[in-house]
Amino acid sequence: MPLISVENLSRRYLMGGETIHALRDVSLAIESGEYLAIMGPSGSGKSTLMNLLGCLDSPSSGRYELNGSRVSEMDDDQLAEIRNREIGFVFQTFNLLPRSTALQNVELPLVYSGMPAVARRQRAIEVLAQVGLAERMQHKPNELSGGQRQRVAIARALVTRPSIILADEPTGNLDSRTGDEIMSLFAELSVNGNTVILVTHEEEIARHTRRIIRIRDGLIASDQTNISPPPTPGAHTDTGQPMVP
Amino acid sequence: MGWLLEIKESCFIAWEAIRANRLRSALTALGIIVGIVTVTLMGMTLEGLNVAFRSNLAKLGAETLYVQRIPWEIRSYQEWLRYRRTRREFDWFQARQLERRITNAAASTLMTEGRFTVTYRDRSGSRASVIGTTADYELTTGVELAEGRFLLAQECDGGRPVCVIGSLVASNLFLNESPIGKRMRVASESVDVVGVLSKRGSFMGQFSLDNQVLVPAKFFVEALTRDSEFSLQIKARSAAHLPALEEEVRAVMRILRRVPPSAEDDFAINQQQSILDSFGRVSTIIGSVGFFISGLSLLVGGIGIMNIMFVSVAERTREIGVRKAIGAKRRVILIQFLTEAATICLAAGLVGLGIAWGVSFALASTLPVSMSPGIASLAIGVSIAVGVISGFLPAWRAARMNPVDALRNE
Repeated sequence: MPLISVENLSRRYLMGGETIHALRDVSLAIESGEYLAIMGPSGSGKSTLMNLLGCLDSPSSGRYELNGSRVSEMDDDQLAEIRNREIGFVFQTFNLLPRSTALQNVELPLVYSGMPAVARRQRAIEVLAQVGLAERMQHKPNELSGGQRQRVAIARALVTRPSIILADEPTGNLDSRTGDEIMSLFAELSVNGNTVILVTHEEEIARHTRRIIRIRDGLIASDQTNISPPPTPGAHTDTGQPMVP
Repeated sequence: MGWLLEIKESCFIAWEAIRANRLRSALTALGIIVGIVTVTLMGMTLEGLNVAFRSNLAKLGAETLYVQRIPWEIRSYQEWLRYRRTRREFDWFQARQLERRITNAAASTLMTEGRFTVTYRDRSGSRASVIGTTADYELTTGVELAEGRFLLAQECDGGRPVCVIGSLVASNLFLNESPIGKRMRVASESVDVVGVLSKRGSFMGQFSLDNQVLVPAKFFVEALTRDSEFSLQIKARSAAHLPALEEEVRAVMRILRRVPPSAEDDFAINQQQSILDSFGRVSTIIGSVGFFISGLSLLVGGIGIMNIMFVSVAERTREIGVRKAIGAKRRVILIQFLTEAATICLAAGLVGLGIAWGVSFALASTLPVSMSPGIASLAIGVSIAVGVISGFLPAWRAARMNPVDALRNE
């Protein structure tokens, strides 16, 4: 059974008396461990799809099953619980809490899941070390560089061991070098078995993934396997030597 | 997530949010501070008055009946006039008859009062309260003498022209000399001073107990005025004997005043309890009016809190979106903002309490105020309640936000 199973998912908005079909009868399946990109120009419905996949929004019709739970029929609080347990969000603008330290930001999802203070601190420290920020845990977001902020956000997404990492234009606010660093971090996460979904409009970013779903006018325009993903930094651990493109 | 943990986390978040907006929080809290100061001062004053009244009243004695023409509890001027018009005076003769016929009493003292000019040589004091009474007065009221002695039983029986004067009368009339053995005048009658009372102060700050002249009741009636209103203080053997004593007094009085069997009493048997009761009613009214008024200032303060919480929620829409995205349920967001409002109000309440405490020292010389644990906890409880109530609507709005819209907010 796929991790994500979407059948005939539609989302309509009412805007000024006019119904807007943001998503029309989309069906799709995503297996555990996949690394894929959802692409599309603005207004295509890719954000709507992301909101639905991320359990931030409920569909107007259709069925959505995530990891065996039928998400499409849940209420607000049940969705909050699913988001906490199953989904790690990474946003374009990082969305860290400005007055909290990196460590507190990363701990927050565990606060909401009810983990005891000592255990959650330990887990947050572990994940921050994993994204390479062991030295900057007590810094507030405004004392960190853009790349470091996005690493904190990724640590926050990872801390609950979610089944999906959902990243919305994660490099959009970063320069290309820092963007590359973040992309290799995602690649590493994918190699380590995480399911990563990137939402982007940049071909270059999408090229890093192994499957690209293109959305246009609320429909899936294409769904292809990416035949030439660039080498992933974690890959050499499997073969013992780095791959050359 | 457990409730306790939620509240704890919310307190932390709330404190951070308040610290980030120090000036705004302080200004908002000002309204609550004013409200809490008024509520607290109101409560302290009421409580102080109660204590003072009760301790003053305790001087009257709990097991004492006061037989008089007019009851202490009068609801209107018309009622008082009606008593004055329709009820025969309780005079010297009746008072003495009653005193003689009562068998259940431990002690009794008859008393009458009038205002007369008192003079000594060429010094003329203002009008003093002249009380005609008997030797028992010393025991039943517990007065103390500064000089000389009290009226003797023989002097009272014989209606001798002697008197005991209050400390104010003594200091007004007698300069640099002891009043004992001096002959002064009450109205146009000569009386010899045999004693001076110790200073007693005033009852509830109203009438001075020191501007008094005590003379034998018989002398009062025979020399000063015949038609004077009497009262008889009757002390029961104990509080338990009070109902029986009251019954006996009623029966004797009805006979003395020839009240037909079916008619109502045309006299009053007063007790300390009736004053306490009516004081209780009055202080309840004062209290509810006072708390209503100070409640208004808290209402205004609460509206300020509500306003600032709406601003806070609007400013932090994106933060709310993020919190929801990573798994905060509605209840968690609700509690977070309720805690923030309650924390501001609690801090304001504590400040207000501190101010009221300081003011109570300043007032202590004129009003019998004091801060009690009951009032302090009332103030704290009220401030938290104001916070929770006025924070509810903004917090509810935050809790109900749609995460997609909240995250999109710039």
